[in-house]
Amino acid sequence: MFNDRTAKFLLLAALVICVGGAFAPNWIVNQFMFGFSRALAILGLMVLWRTGLVSFGHAFYFGLGAYAVAILDSKLGVSDVFLRLLAGAVVAGVAGFLIGFIMRNYRDIFFAMLNTAISMVLFGIVVKTESLGSTDGFAISASTIFGLAPETKYPLFVIITLVGLTAALAVNFYLKTTFGKLTTAIRDNEIRVEYLGFSVAHAIHLKYTISTILAGGAGALMAMSLGQVDPESMINWTVSGELVFVTILSGPGNVIAPFIGSLVFEVLRTYAFELAPQAWQLIMGATFLTIIFFLPGGIWSLIEKLGGKKNEK
Amino acid sequence: MRNSSSILQVRNLLKTFGAVVAAKDINVDISQGEIVGIIGANGAGKTCFVNMVTGYLAPTEGSIKFEGAELVGLGTRKITHAGISRSFQVSQVFHSMTVSENLMIALAIANNRGADALGLMDTPDLRSKLDEVLKRYKLEPQKDATVSALAQGVRKLLDIAMAVVSKPRILLLDEPTSGISVEEKFDFMDIVMGALKEDGVTVLFVEHDMEIVERYVSRVLAFYQGEIIADMPPKDALADKKVQEFVIGKEHHKKKK
Amino acid sequence: MEAALTILLDGLQFSSYLFIVSAGLTIIFGVMKILNVAHGSFYAWGAYTAAFFIGKFSDMGLPDALGFLIIVAAAIVVGVILGFIIEQGILKHMYERDEVLIVLATFGLFLVLEDIILIAFGTDPYFAYQPMALLDSVELGGITRDVYGMTLIGVAAVVAVGCWWLLNKTKWGTLLKAVIFDREMGISMGINVPLVYTLTFIGGAILGGLGGAYIAPTISVAPGLGTEVIVLSFAVVVVGGMGSIAGAAIGSLIIGILRAIAVHELPQVELFVVFAVMAIVLVFRPEGLFAPAKPRKI
Repeated sequence: MFNDRTAKFLLLAALVICVGGAFAPNWIVNQFMFGFSRALAILGLMVLWRTGLVSFGHAFYFGLGAYAVAILDSKLGVSDVFLRLLAGAVVAGVAGFLIGFIMRNYRDIFFAMLNTAISMVLFGIVVKTESLGSTDGFAISASTIFGLAPETKYPLFVIITLVGLTAALAVNFYLKTTFGKLTTAIRDNEIRVEYLGFSVAHAIHLKYTISTILAGGAGALMAMSLGQVDPESMINWTVSGELVFVTILSGPGNVIAPFIGSLVFEVLRTYAFELAPQAWQLIMGATFLTIIFFLPGGIWSLIEKLGGKKNEK
Repeated sequence: MRNSSSILQVRNLLKTFGAVVAAKDINVDISQGEIVGIIGANGAGKTCFVNMVTGYLAPTEGSIKFEGAELVGLGTRKITHAGISRSFQVSQVFHSMTVSENLMIALAIANNRGADALGLMDTPDLRSKLDEVLKRYKLEPQKDATVSALAQGVRKLLDIAMAVVSKPRILLLDEPTSGISVEEKFDFMDIVMGALKEDGVTVLFVEHDMEIVERYVSRVLAFYQGEIIADMPPKDALADKKVQEFVIGKEHHKKKK
Repeated sequence: MEAALTILLDGLQFSSYLFIVSAGLTIIFGVMKILNVAHGSFYAWGAYTAAFFIGKFSDMGLPDALGFLIIVAAAIVVGVILGFIIEQGILKHMYERDEVLIVLATFGLFLVLEDIILIAFGTDPYFAYQPMALLDSVELGGITRDVYGMTLIGVAAVVAVGCWWLLNKTKWGTLLKAVIFDREMGISMGINVPLVYTLTFIGGAILGGLGGAYIAPTISVAPGLGTEVIVLSFAVVVVGGMGSIAGAAIGSLIIGILRAIAVHELPQVELFVVFAVMAIVLVFRPEGLFAPAKPRKI
């Protein structure tokens, strides 16, 4: 699990980031927290994309994770960071597993649309429900770690980084198993995979569930980082679109890519909003088109070209 | 014809698509180790037969028994697990991956069943099996080439090699030499049949080229309009009046020199 | 009784503008196999353009009746210009690529166009109520309704009939149906498919723009217009069957009336019910209720 270049890089990078975070100014720490939270969801979407599937509705699971934290907080007073994270991932994962029974038979545009429909059902419910905060959402109390309430964001930052590290290592390993190697095979030729003796439906179900667990965890972490939840920035179809955007921006080549792509996205968004709030969507859309046309392998393919890191499939 | 050492028993197979009868009264026994050629004009029912035996199509009526067990209703995956594989007329391979990667996937699926599928795929054991297949099918020179860049002939070899790694007991090849140039056909079939002979696989292959059929098979099944009109050794089949009229037509007479 | 009539008329009005927009979306999908996310932008641009000029003309003291002309003109201008630029500039280069990738590209376009609206028109809402005020209101079955809202139903009917006539009674329609059924056959039959694609996209864009332009006088035209309508259009097109105008009509009716009922009887489910129907249709009949027959390819 630890003997390939990707794993070694991940471990080193996590170490450097954790240590560096202790000395970095708040705004940098925040960028990393938001970026790495989102990166978890991107990791899952990347696995689906490698299989040839694009979901335009993963904000459903992201939102479930976030709102699970919010509800646990407001109704049960749960503030422990690990419980919150677990809740987010489990709620989303169970939903994903159940929905996966249906979803695994869909492809292409129908797969994308069914996910959209389900996510908008949740959006519709939350937006109109007072007790769920409707359009305003609600705030979340600060997270505690083993009962202790930290003074700064640093401990949460470290936890998010370590969670990201764990997820990346796990997915990296997964992609080297028979199940994982089937991503591109299924995308290339499903019929052959069935004929060779492997159930494509089972494989897709597993990948879908993994992606929903990750998205739920991402939502939980994001909720904790932000200190609040609201439907517009967490469940609406535009959020699903953003997740897809970052997935394409990052590229499918390596588990490191989602983290780089998510950071780039955070930085881009922060600066775009500061310089020209009217132009954020324009920049995002134009970047999207540029990647689709000129760099379909995303940022990671650029990094590979520059020769820095070897692509480990 | 009723043979106790037959491993494949087809009885009264019927396939209709609405008013169209694609297959009718198909009764055949195949013995272990036979090499059978399936001939017939386009649309005669050959590929339909292959699709039914391998579980891609369900017959309207009839039974297909493999070593006594009923295959009808099982589906392609279970039939592959049972020991029957097939290759495709248009090679069905993973075009964005290399030849080695294609074979590794086939080997992994065949060897890593159930929970094993969650273990690492690239193991020394699988690698040595890969080397063996590459050698058998003379694919070593192209082992790191991406499939989309390969010639048709190599792709078909790969297609067949992938079907064989699960060590099937029956292999159905659907027009293995179609798309391969006339000069290369025999070399191609020599490689394939040579490799298959080593494992003692029972082979049925659909073929249009009668010279290939004569050279490699011990028995011919001739199809016409969904029915088997002849079931005999190749020399007899080619001399049979019905086969000549409905399958070979005048072309073969022109070819014979 | 009055409540039922209100729901019916609200539902029909809502269905009407949804239909106009969705007809464009579905025809683009049927012919080009592209699910055009940017369709929401045509709607928004149509609304903004119409609202802007209605306001300007009114300021200049010109007769309010010109508003109707502006609406149609706005739809055509938006459809032709944006449709042409997008199809020729971006989509034309992507026809060989994966259909989901094309959808993602249209999503990118949607984002770009949304912000250009902000830059061009600003963030303040526009109120172009003049055409609506002009037509005043009328008493119907005990309730008061704007005449303008009812003309919307008329416009939708005209669009529906127009599409039906185009597809079934003209040579163009036959060409379109051929391309919808099988693009390659169309090419081999000598149909100028690239031209068909361009004209279809522009036509669809005009319909999208018309939906927005016509609705503009009844709402406050503000940022975010396109975001909501596009996903409602998806629901319509999914329910009705992608590529079928009849499907778009039925889908719009179902969704429009359902939503009207929800708004009046149970507001909490207003959004939820639309997407629940979309999800149910996708699960039990993914092609939609009226999908055009697909040829079986071996």
